[in-house]
Amino acid sequence: MSQLFRMAPGGAWAGLIDRSREIRFSFDGRTLRGHPGDTLASALLANGVRLVGRSFKYHRPRGIVGVGAEEPNALIQLRRGERTEPNVRATQIELHDGLEAESQNRWPSLGFDLGAVNSALSGLFPAGFYYKTFMWPASWWMFYETFIRRVAGMGKTATAADPDHYEHMHVHCDVLVVGGGPAGLMAARAAGRWGARVIVCDEGAALGGSVLGERLFIDGKPAPDWVRETEAELAAMPEVRLLARTTAFGYYDQNMVTLVERVADHVLMPGHHQPRQRLWLVRARRVVLATGAIERPIVFADNDRPGVMLASAARAYANRYAVIPGKRVVLFTCNDGAYATALDLADAGVDVAGIVDTRPDPTGPLPARARAAGLAIHAGHAVALAHGGKALSGVEIMALDGDRLTGSSRPLHCDVLAVSGGWNPAVHLFSQAQGKLRFDDILGSFVPDRAAQAVHVAGSAAGHFALGQCLAEGARAGADAARLAGFGDGTPPATPATSEDAPAPHRTLWAIPPIEPGKGKRFVDVQNDVTAEDVALAAREGYRSVEHLKRYTTLGMGTDQGKTSNITGLAILSGIVGEPIPKVGTTTFRAPYTPVTFGTLVGPEVGEHLDPIRHSAMHPWHVKAGAQFVNAGLWKRAQLYRRPGETEQQAIDREVLNTREKVGIVDVSTLGKIDIQGPDAVEFLNRVYTNAWSKLEIGRGRYGIMLREDGMVFDDGTTTRLGPNHFLMTTTTANAVRVMAWLEYWLQVQWPDLKVYVASVTEQWAAAALAGPLARLVLADAVEGLDVSNEALPFMGYATAHIAGIPVRVFRISFSGELGFEVNVAADHGMTVWEALMKAGEKHGIMPYGTEALGVLRIEKGHFVVGPEADGRTTADDLGLSGLVSKTKDFIGKRSLTRPALLAPDRLQLVGLMPLDKKDEIVRGCQLVADGPGSGRGARPPVPMEGVVTSNCYSATLGCWIALALVKAGRKRHGETLHAQSPLTGRSVPVKIVPNVFIDPEGARLRV
Amino acid sequence: MLLIDCPWCGTRDQREFTYGGDAAVKRPADPAAVSDKEWHDYVYIRVNPRGSHVELWHHNAGCRRWFKLRRDVVTHEMQGSAPIGSELEPPLPIAGRPGKP
Ligand SMILES: [Zn+2]
Repeated sequence: MSQLFRMAPGGAWAGLIDRSREIRFSFDGRTLRGHPGDTLASALLANGVRLVGRSFKYHRPRGIVGVGAEEPNALIQLRRGERTEPNVRATQIELHDGLEAESQNRWPSLGFDLGAVNSALSGLFPAGFYYKTFMWPASWWMFYETFIRRVAGMGKTATAADPDHYEHMHVHCDVLVVGGGPAGLMAARAAGRWGARVIVCDEGAALGGSVLGERLFIDGKPAPDWVRETEAELAAMPEVRLLARTTAFGYYDQNMVTLVERVADHVLMPGHHQPRQRLWLVRARRVVLATGAIERPIVFADNDRPGVMLASAARAYANRYAVIPGKRVVLFTCNDGAYATALDLADAGVDVAGIVDTRPDPTGPLPARARAAGLAIHAGHAVALAHGGKALSGVEIMALDGDRLTGSSRPLHCDVLAVSGGWNPAVHLFSQAQGKLRFDDILGSFVPDRAAQAVHVAGSAAGHFALGQCLAEGARAGADAARLAGFGDGTPPATPATSEDAPAPHRTLWAIPPIEPGKGKRFVDVQNDVTAEDVALAAREGYRSVEHLKRYTTLGMGTDQGKTSNITGLAILSGIVGEPIPKVGTTTFRAPYTPVTFGTLVGPEVGEHLDPIRHSAMHPWHVKAGAQFVNAGLWKRAQLYRRPGETEQQAIDREVLNTREKVGIVDVSTLGKIDIQGPDAVEFLNRVYTNAWSKLEIGRGRYGIMLREDGMVFDDGTTTRLGPNHFLMTTTTANAVRVMAWLEYWLQVQWPDLKVYVASVTEQWAAAALAGPLARLVLADAVEGLDVSNEALPFMGYATAHIAGIPVRVFRISFSGELGFEVNVAADHGMTVWEALMKAGEKHGIMPYGTEALGVLRIEKGHFVVGPEADGRTTADDLGLSGLVSKTKDFIGKRSLTRPALLAPDRLQLVGLMPLDKKDEIVRGCQLVADGPGSGRGARPPVPMEGVVTSNCYSATLGCWIALALVKAGRKRHGETLHAQSPLTGRSVPVKIVPNVFIDPEGARLRV
Repeated sequence: MLLIDCPWCGTRDQREFTYGGDAAVKRPADPAAVSDKEWHDYVYIRVNPRGSHVELWHHNAGCRRWFKLRRDVVTHEMQGSAPIGSELEPPLPIAGRPGKP
């Protein structure tokens, strides 16, 4: 038997489901049936499934409370395997064939849950439980975490990669309407008729909002029919885009609103090439928020029993989904809301056992209709306690005297209690947009007050809940928005007539006291198991601000972000501390409105599309040569070229030794290259570099370092004079973009009088560096029209020539410390020239080398690099380069160099390190501590730090590990022994301080 | 995500720009002539006003111009931009500002 709670077909209000087709789905392994148009929640209720989850802390049985985004309990583990998704609200899952759903937070099964023992021990779980219990010692945290995870377990994430893909859409529009209910549809109609570009989004499977669950008439027809007709009218407008299944979840500066469209969540699997979800980044001239309102519960003892639900939800299940939420229902209300539910459910054949109304004398059309229908009204009463375990079995009602219970309690049997404590406008997006809220004493709720962006709020979202008002305000807002966006004169379309009864005033009421202290749990936040007593305890312990209250009790911190609990909790706190609600404050609303998957936020920017990838012109050659690549910023650089049978270290050693002994070639296209031209180019270089440039001859290059204004080294590289007013600057790969923006800053902001142009030419030139004693022979064989002798092309010389018939620039510079030439060629010809150099080098034993060997060569030569050594705290003098710092001219950062801290005698200085025992490896990042008692291995802290290891490598040339380090007053301490202590491995290696240049300290090899 | 008015290119997405600090900071004309304190203040000390603030921005993924932008750092309201070397209008009083409903 199935769908015992489905209403019989026929009649005027038979629901919006398609009974002609049956859908099979599974819940906790049971196969159940529903219909198209159902949500998982409505289908579960149709099948009589009440118990849908266990609560977070106490593992109490829980049922469905709401009908939409507000649902705090029915959180589902949806789908299986790589597509599984935790914490999805059953109320927003569209039923489809093959849907697999599991309840969460229970072990071993939903019906029998061991964690429910927490409920019996609930005295151990007061407010601030986590803060009070899981504190010190820190070593216990591993245990705590295991415990918390096993007991709390809010569903499981998939462990395999997400097989689906996600899209991003960037759009502009004139009017974005958030919410496709009556107000939103009227706003769209108003703006659309004036020709504005309109986007309407609604989180539901169909437009219409709450009226789809009401028995109301608009324009003389049932509201769902009016919705369909209006939707058709909008769909026919060319500038209107309708997005159902689309939640606006974030409202950012300058009217940027983010939407998530669930493209393929209502089917078993996305279609071929179909994204699962799509993120819309909408920039709107005007935004109309028609986001509706969320009904709030009333707090009373054991108000979490499965079967206690919101009155609006109970009504919508009957009217929209043709599901009766139970056989016998009691209503509990402080306003007219529950009366519509009572009347609709009674009409649907449900036994209405009574309407418990806290108002002493409910009057007005709706109570009158209820009386006429013979429904029992318990005026001036409240529900004081719910009975039942896994399902509600009845309630105790008592008379109210003010806020106090009085008299004796009376039982009412029921399996559903439909509660209405009034309405909270959905002000989330308005508040995200920095709009100010105002507490409305009559509504007992926060309503939008002062907007901070180009936004209009209409209907229930503005605190105006009557249907006629929603339609009129929507039309008004849409017409105003269109006019302010430049469309029409602001005339709204006519407001259609409605059938709604005028509501009587409600009575704001938040919580019913317990019949006797400690009897039952009065839940404020059912998702996070926060009770009214927890709020009171927090207040007693001094957490009197709502922001503190939230964090201390976790109120409203669940996946539902307290949609049904925040304001109630705030009101209870306000009552305890004796301050009005607006003084206690409301919490800040933050994106997202409902949870958004990471897949959607990341969109297509995954894997190879995470970032743009930059390849040098010679990249295909490196691939063919079997290079292993490493990321250098966005660049892929050849790291090493492993030959069959080689380990990585063997490959690096071979590349290093071949370069030191014969000749190597390395792709240096990634170095930043900046073309500098203009009559003031020399003056400009004098100001940005620490050394002097006035005397540099045409056809010669020079090494320079740049400082920041605080005197620290920023970047380094060579700059070559190509003509009287023409220079080519090179920068480090990592800093190329930053240096360019830096030069532009100085030229445009500080020195606009200098006549200099700078242009980045990094991509325009491919570059290959030849290095090694045989480099000249290789170049001589390859080049046409160039004398490569030491006399014609000395160290730091520059010339133009041809290779393979292609014009090239040749720079005699070296990073490896060997005789070196760098060849630059227009990028399109990079491959041809590289191959020509390889061919010429064949008989000289040329080998390519990668960034690993490059690193070894530079450490052996003691060169600093930006990052490890020039880490933003080192000066030129720290790096041993004070000879490059001009005493006579001014330059960026010079003034800082005479500040006392930069002249301190114990500054960290660049040195080399050798292990005392040649077998020892010096690890990068090691702390260097002094030799002697109280230091080194086994010493008790504090041990004074003498320095830090900044770079390390195995030097095949020297046959041992070497390192560069920054050591206090290091240059005066050559020969001293320190200990390289790794806090991670606990290993300590004795090392000797040596000069930072390990090979050819005189630089003789460069100048042959 | 902000929309930023480049004085050369018009209104563009924030992703095209880089923030460049307080535009009111003045570099001493002759660094050698100022005291350690004055230099320290120029290098390190920034005011953090609540409200309207003139900033430097760099249109790095556009025209590559540095320019001045007046922005309310509380409301994120854009209050005008200008090339380096031209003056920015002071912000309008609240009531006269565009974009307020
Ligand atoms: Zn621009």
